[in-house]
Amino acid sequence: MSRSRKITVNALTRVEGEGALHIRIDGNEIAEVRLCIYEPPRFFEAFLCGRSIQDVPDMTARICGICPVAYQMVSVHALEAALGIAVTPEIRQLRRLLYCGEWIESHALHIFMLNAADFFGCANGIELAKQFPERINDGLRIKKTGNSIVEILGGRAIHPVNVRVGGFHRLPSRDELTSLLQPLCGALDAAIDSAEWIAGFDFPSFEPDCEWVALHHPDEYAMNEGVIASTRFPAIDVGEYERDFAETQVAHSNALHSTRRDHPSSYLLGPLARLTLNRHRLVPDALRLANRIAPPSLMQNRFRSILARIIEVVSCLQQAILIIEEYRETKEAFMPHVAKAGFGCAATEAPRGMMYHHYEISDDGLVTKAKIVPPTSQNQRQIESDLCLYLPQLIHEPDEIIAAECEKLIRTYDPCISCSTHAVTIDRGPR
Amino acid sequence: MTNLPMKEKKRLAVFKFASCDGCQLSLLSCEDELLALADKVEIVHFLELSSHTQTGPFDLTLVEGSISTHEDEDRIREIRRQSRVLVTIGACATAGGIQSLRNWADHDEYLQRVYAHPEYIDSLATSTAISDHVTVDFELRGCPVDKVQLLEVVLAFINQRRPNIPSHSVCLDCKRRGVVCIAVTQAKPCLGPITQAGCGAICPAYHRPCYGCFGPCDQANAKAMSEHYLEVGVTPLQMIHQLRNMNSAAKLFQIESNRIESEHPTNRPAP
Repeated sequence: MSRSRKITVNALTRVEGEGALHIRIDGNEIAEVRLCIYEPPRFFEAFLCGRSIQDVPDMTARICGICPVAYQMVSVHALEAALGIAVTPEIRQLRRLLYCGEWIESHALHIFMLNAADFFGCANGIELAKQFPERINDGLRIKKTGNSIVEILGGRAIHPVNVRVGGFHRLPSRDELTSLLQPLCGALDAAIDSAEWIAGFDFPSFEPDCEWVALHHPDEYAMNEGVIASTRFPAIDVGEYERDFAETQVAHSNALHSTRRDHPSSYLLGPLARLTLNRHRLVPDALRLANRIAPPSLMQNRFRSILARIIEVVSCLQQAILIIEEYRETKEAFMPHVAKAGFGCAATEAPRGMMYHHYEISDDGLVTKAKIVPPTSQNQRQIESDLCLYLPQLIHEPDEIIAAECEKLIRTYDPCISCSTHAVTIDRGPR
Repeated sequence: MTNLPMKEKKRLAVFKFASCDGCQLSLLSCEDELLALADKVEIVHFLELSSHTQTGPFDLTLVEGSISTHEDEDRIREIRRQSRVLVTIGACATAGGIQSLRNWADHDEYLQRVYAHPEYIDSLATSTAISDHVTVDFELRGCPVDKVQLLEVVLAFINQRRPNIPSHSVCLDCKRRGVVCIAVTQAKPCLGPITQAGCGAICPAYHRPCYGCFGPCDQANAKAMSEHYLEVGVTPLQMIHQLRNMNSAAKLFQIESNRIESEHPTNRPAP
């Protein structure tokens, strides 16, 4: 007689925000897998309406404390598209530098404090630090360097204040930025050592085929802009995103699910997708490192996302050094503009994957419509589908092992649950 | 670094309600102090950091986020029951957060605007501070909190003393930083005069007006300030929006934005 099992993780740990996992197994069949995002709704898209476009980057930053720069960048890009503003090359480079800072600190947090512990049977990074004190101290130093970039350019590391439509409120002095060079060089050495360490981890085997989606830029490792590239379909302009991709609401999650409109299958965003689609745009030293320790043939494995992240950290540290070395002070902190009615959209690469925003604005510069599609709601269906494929190899294990192993797989996505601004209610136990 | 024996360590818990995670992240942003702090306290519940979770009682509980669902109203009462000292961290926990902008709106309309099936959603029509629901021992302001202040609060409570957190206005810190006063020299609605210090006066230092992310300071005269800005050309809607941000439900900001709305009608609904 077949036995029915229900496995529940009431509160996912070492992820950003709050979510639960429900699994039902009937005999040897995976009957149901539900990733439930129970983060309460916060209604950003509703209360942005009626606000001045100048308020938008301060407000969207509050969607997420871990990737506020991503929210600020994508929202100002979308609003600039609506107003027809083109920023100077200097402003563009400083935005890229700010984004490098966020990728470095967000990835370092995930790698060293949240994810690496999974490969050593530890409950957290602090416990792992007892086994590898130098590695974790290096990780914290790398993270601090990323935070320092955001602090100097943005005013503070969490919810920076310096980003505005058209550019920045104030440009940094050359001295402020060059003060970062020494710590950045130290962090770069530490990150290369860390990459070698991580490449030696014992990765569970799990490389199911799927569609990988990321921005792609002809000249650089795409961060702030590019076309939307895919491993299965031709690349499209960001303006065609809503023609090809759609969000649907499901009963079990406060986050909306994203799929392609014509192909209702899931797709995967994030560092593995970026490395797959943009490897040759890595900064040269990072590319050599990647080709040696992370060849493309291995990087379908979801558990190697930690390796993709550290390679991106190396690339960002080198990129940051190059931008700072080339920085010359200019007068124009932002592009002046007049309000006019319009529509604009943009996509950028948050640390955990591509994010899309669109805004409609009135002729007096107020937002009349906002749409925000964060990376985690796009990855949510892929996470569920991956769990369905991963579970059969665990099915004979006790419930607690299954729960722990599934949680490890979810963690490889670095899901940012607070970001999934469209939130929900589901059945769940205490947390 | 000496490892204290487990039984002498205080039991620290961190809980989250509606929020962006930024304030608990401030604890993880203490890159130079985190491992030493972990030697001083036993972190028994901190979902974002650790898969080890234990039940109460807790010596010190840090709460991030606002109350915005029926279930969270119950959850915060249970957490209070298990906590010897309960400290709220950040604008969401101390003033309802940015999500309290819904307090001025039609909640049903908000639900319909964001969700195709609003019936799936459990959400209160308001987002409120933790102290509106349970007794709070100390409130640490900021959106986000300042990590140095956060460390001070944790160390103060594990050493059983009152934290030393200033309650003066941003203006004082701005003067100390040597920044030219935006309120005096530019017709921009800087909230520095009525906002509590703690951020380091970063906005004026980055050539922009303070937007009040640390909430109201002690003895603030909000009416005098906003009437000055209205006289020098700031529109009522701009002034209301300046007050209605991440601390919109803080009492002083709430009263003042409502006053401007009633005494200086705008053509548009706010927020």
